[in-house]
Amino acid sequence: MTAALNAKFTFDSLVVGAANQLAATAGRTVAENPGTSYNPLFIYGGPGLGKTHLLMAIGQAAQKLAPGLNIEYLTLEEYVEAFHAAVAAGQGDLFRRSFQDVDVLLVDDVQFLTNRKEMQAELLRLTEALQMAGHQMVLTSDRPPVEIADLDERLIARFAGGLVVDMAVPDYETRVAILRRRAEERGARFQPGVLETVASAEFQNVRELLGALNRLIAYQAVNDAFLNAAGAKQLLGLATGAPDAVPARAPAGDEFGAFLEDVTVTVGKAVEAWRARVGEAILRWEGEGYRTHRLEALLEQETPGAVDAVIAAFAKDVERLRALEAEVTALDPQAAGQSMFRDPERLGEARELAAKVQSGVAPPPGPSGAFPLGAFAVGQSNQVAVSAVRAALERPGKQYNPLVLTGKSGLGKTHLLHAMGLELAQKRGAVVACLSTQDFVDELIAAIDGNRMDWWRARYRRATALLLDDIHLIADKDRSQEELFNLFNLLQDRERQLVFTTPAHPKTLDHVEQRIRSRLEGGLVVELGEPDRVVRRAVLERLLAQQELGSDEALLEYLADRPAESVRALGEMVQRVVTAAAAQDAPVSAGLARDVLEGQRPEPGRRSTGVRTSGLVVSSLGGIRSREKMVWEWPDVLDRMLEELR
Amino acid sequence: MSLVNFTAREITCKIVYYGPGRSGKTTNLHYVYGRVPEARRGRMVSLATQTDRTLFFDFLPIDLGQISGFSTRFQLYTVPGQVYYNATRRLVLQGADGVVFVADSQARQLDENLESLQNLQGNLLELGVDIRTLPVVLQYNKQDLPRELILQAADLDDALNFRGVPSFPADALHGKGVFETLKGISELVLKRLAAGTAV
Repeated sequence: MTAALNAKFTFDSLVVGAANQLAATAGRTVAENPGTSYNPLFIYGGPGLGKTHLLMAIGQAAQKLAPGLNIEYLTLEEYVEAFHAAVAAGQGDLFRRSFQDVDVLLVDDVQFLTNRKEMQAELLRLTEALQMAGHQMVLTSDRPPVEIADLDERLIARFAGGLVVDMAVPDYETRVAILRRRAEERGARFQPGVLETVASAEFQNVRELLGALNRLIAYQAVNDAFLNAAGAKQLLGLATGAPDAVPARAPAGDEFGAFLEDVTVTVGKAVEAWRARVGEAILRWEGEGYRTHRLEALLEQETPGAVDAVIAAFAKDVERLRALEAEVTALDPQAAGQSMFRDPERLGEARELAAKVQSGVAPPPGPSGAFPLGAFAVGQSNQVAVSAVRAALERPGKQYNPLVLTGKSGLGKTHLLHAMGLELAQKRGAVVACLSTQDFVDELIAAIDGNRMDWWRARYRRATALLLDDIHLIADKDRSQEELFNLFNLLQDRERQLVFTTPAHPKTLDHVEQRIRSRLEGGLVVELGEPDRVVRRAVLERLLAQQELGSDEALLEYLADRPAESVRALGEMVQRVVTAAAAQDAPVSAGLARDVLEGQRPEPGRRSTGVRTSGLVVSSLGGIRSREKMVWEWPDVLDRMLEELR
Repeated sequence: MSLVNFTAREITCKIVYYGPGRSGKTTNLHYVYGRVPEARRGRMVSLATQTDRTLFFDFLPIDLGQISGFSTRFQLYTVPGQVYYNATRRLVLQGADGVVFVADSQARQLDENLESLQNLQGNLLELGVDIRTLPVVLQYNKQDLPRELILQAADLDDALNFRGVPSFPADALHGKGVFETLKGISELVLKRLAAGTAV
């Protein structure tokens, strides 16, 4: 009925280590004093760890100590089969009684009680009976009682009432001992270190360990040679010698890949999404040359609040800086490019600077209000010029650009120039630079002197129209010509109206660079002729009205009939008559005028071969002051020296 | 040395393998070198004497590629273990983000381990670094040697690991515990990012 006890499985052949010491001790105790100490004794542990060996050792030890004892060893399966057979034979009670007489009952593999309610009830009854009779019961299982599925609570309680011990995987030393003993039993000899190598492999149980030993023995027997440690390792397919003291798994596969994955996870946690966003923003703005202290400060915080809001505000500040910088660059290139335009924290400073530059950069001198176009007397002599001016005004910069007004002094070139400037200035956003060439040169010299050339250039480059009176005065001023040339090109490219006056045709201008002359000639050159009678009459009418003599028709007709080589000569004429009348204390009349004007020869013109100017100097403040047209007497020698010096 | 450069989107970890002479620092680096794909590793610079002792230091740069948008690089250094190379050790230690202390598990080397550990602490102090604030892990190398020659990890923990830092038994020659150690120190170092102490 029961299996015989295997004689090899004794306590002597059981290698006891830390992993099975408790179970072995309990087993010995039970064998020595069955039924008195641990009853039942429940031993559990994984397969191949020596449970059956221990069970049989208990049986044999008990038999040896008390040969009269009735000792039964069987597996649960055998027990179940026997029971079923007995029941089938109608000998169930006999079967029960026969087991109740057993002194030491050893049941192996009781984990198979799972889902066998009938057998559980039978075993419970048997256990109670054996305990009552003081008979020993030893059971083994691959898991503790509570883990056996569906096991009757009462059985669990019974088992727990005795002793439940486990058998674990033997440690390295135990494994070496097992191997040595087995090798000895088998009469096999190994080179030093071989068994240790095998033991160091992490076998899950003793059975596998012994299997490995069997392979070594077989190998040595077949080859009639001793294996060394490395050979054993290779034979058993062990990667590297690895003591179990090193808990890590044997290095295998892509260690670097695994490491990389771990690091990726760690970095991912460390570099949270918000940090990445801030980092991106910093990267972007720093790349564009902006300071990012504010964003960097964010990164130093643990959990900043509104990251996105800060980034957005920063971007807005940068936009403001850009706008300010563009504004300042247009006004004063020298002021641009300062560090404050790259630091949103200094937005305030940038604003101040922009305001300063804005107030500091006055627009270039504008046209004088004293010369409205409506006041310009038009006649046959200047009809062409006036028409050209009106056409140019219709499409400034596109029709006649440049427009060059030529004519002798005093014919109204300056008037027409300023009148045109006034008209141009009425356009929206217009910045009209209208000044004498002398003032233009003076400003340039001052700019050079004050190291403000960028400022000076920016000032004129803003202009939507440039009107220069007496352009011939630029002669021999190399630097001025250079600057004018550049300015000319720039403005012309931008289709901004350019107007110049000169006493003679541009091609006759001496000491003016060819490149400027040709550019002047390239536009429309119109000449103002000596005033005809219509012009003279219109001018005189205005002059007499100014003297409150407007009602004297005869005087007006007389004066208008008189030849005059310029508009200015008419003024002088009226002035002489008025002065004479005052001296004689007589009323101004046509007769008096005839006496005054015809009584003596008119003074010869002061014209000479020298370079002439209009003699009218219009200040940038809009006022007019009269000035002798004695260019050759002008103290510009110093200016020229200064300019050349630079 | 900034560990994380958010501007350049770079993470650079300088990890120094420290320990007494012949404890296996260079062996650690060699093993790592052998496991890193060629494209990812730089040239391992090793200045050794004729008898293969590290004379100056070993340097192994590893490029981990883009991690979370950061180009991540590890720089592994070893120091010469011999007592008389202390100036070199201090130099290499400068700017370290983490230290792996490679201890020799042999029982007779315990004093050397202790001495080297104290030397590490002293050198760090001279560099103005409190060892308690620096990520450090211990590696108990040569655990493959016969049991009677070595101390077990638990004993070494008792003897060396005063601060209770992570410790790793290892057999650097065969690679056991090498990457575990590297992973351990990397985690400590990288966690400082989250703590915001780096940057």
